[in-house]
Amino acid sequence: MSDQAYGRIFKDGLWEQNVVFAQMLALCPTMAVTTSGTNGLGMGLASTVVLVVSNMLVAMIRHTVSSQVRIPVFVVLIATLVTIVDMAMNAWLHELYKVLGLFIALIVVNCAILGRAEAYAVKNGVWVSALDGIAMGLGFTAALTLIGLIRELLGAGTLFAQASQLLGPSFAFLEVQVPDYGGALLMILPPGGFAVLGFLLAGKRLLDQRLAERAAALPMADVASA
Amino acid sequence: MMLESIREKMAYQPLLLGIVALLASAALALASGATGAAIAAAEAKDLRDSLSEVLPAGLADNDFLSDTVDLEKDGKTVTIYRARQGGTMTAALFKVSERGYAGEIQVLMAVDMSGRILGVRVLKHSETPGLGDKIEVRKTPWVLDFAGKALGEPAAELWAVKKDNGVFEQFAGATVTPRAVVKAVKGGLAFFAAHQREISA
Repeated sequence: MSDQAYGRIFKDGLWEQNVVFAQMLALCPTMAVTTSGTNGLGMGLASTVVLVVSNMLVAMIRHTVSSQVRIPVFVVLIATLVTIVDMAMNAWLHELYKVLGLFIALIVVNCAILGRAEAYAVKNGVWVSALDGIAMGLGFTAALTLIGLIRELLGAGTLFAQASQLLGPSFAFLEVQVPDYGGALLMILPPGGFAVLGFLLAGKRLLDQRLAERAAALPMADVASA
Repeated sequence: MMLESIREKMAYQPLLLGIVALLASAALALASGATGAAIAAAEAKDLRDSLSEVLPAGLADNDFLSDTVDLEKDGKTVTIYRARQGGTMTAALFKVSERGYAGEIQVLMAVDMSGRILGVRVLKHSETPGLGDKIEVRKTPWVLDFAGKALGEPAAELWAVKKDNGVFEQFAGATVTPRAVVKAVKGGLAFFAAHQREISA
């Protein structure tokens, strides 16, 4: 595969086909956990791990599974994977599990994972599927962290609160507190999640539109070289 | 291709599903076996940590996780952990729960043998973030106010939040939550008083 194709995978995952902002998938976990940047980051990273492994497994068995029963097979596969991750984290990363525990089980209902199995892994090789999992997972992580940070800043006046619990004490520098700000509780509650996501979606559409206009205005030669 | 023709057979699909389910269960069984002991140890450590938090230092030299007695409270089993110093019992630690604004609030409390509260912590709740979660000691020191109180100190009718003419603070915008915690702790003290003989037996 050419470098360009690899670039395409990452461009799709992070922007063009971003799980949250473009595909509008996985909105249930997105709304539920983005009450802070740390939560969003943790959920994003845990989902990325599951996504990469599930993509690889699905790509591996793609010739063996007949198309009529592929959905139940993938669902069993993903549920098993999530349960194993859940148990492993509870056993060996217990402190992290206490912060993220609630969200790990939620990954099962993350339709983005089944979505990628269906849309990509079932048609592609193991390594590109893994790459797609990484790209999609990073895009998802970035989206959740961004929404979480905005809600946290407006709602509680902090940034990355308790990040050191998730990432270790050396990341305590990420934690920021806006002095003398009481916080707008609404942003932490569900309406705040919908509002922030709405504004971000509108912003992305505007930006895409702007970019498309600029690309159309350029002479063809420049587009080709760009 | 060989695989193609087999894949189209009727029997292939149920067989495949069966094999996948079997492999998945096997993987889960293996993972459960591999993690079981570590999870139990981590949870025991959590329990010991939270118990030690409500119990002031120097009150226990025994392993109170294994010195327990199970009693019935409102149809549910309550496990009471008994702290001992030099063989004599110094405190009883147990969980009580009460319905809050959004679901059950689980409270852990330690009571000394005269029925006085040594410490109270909220273990689990799903109250509104920013309002009801002030019962967590990480957020505000509100829950520390319970230490030193007992049944009758303050008087029974004062065991309530200020809005209900009691002595305990409530939070702006959240009265139901602290009210539930006060009720849970008061209930816990009454439970201790009613069963003191069985607990210290």
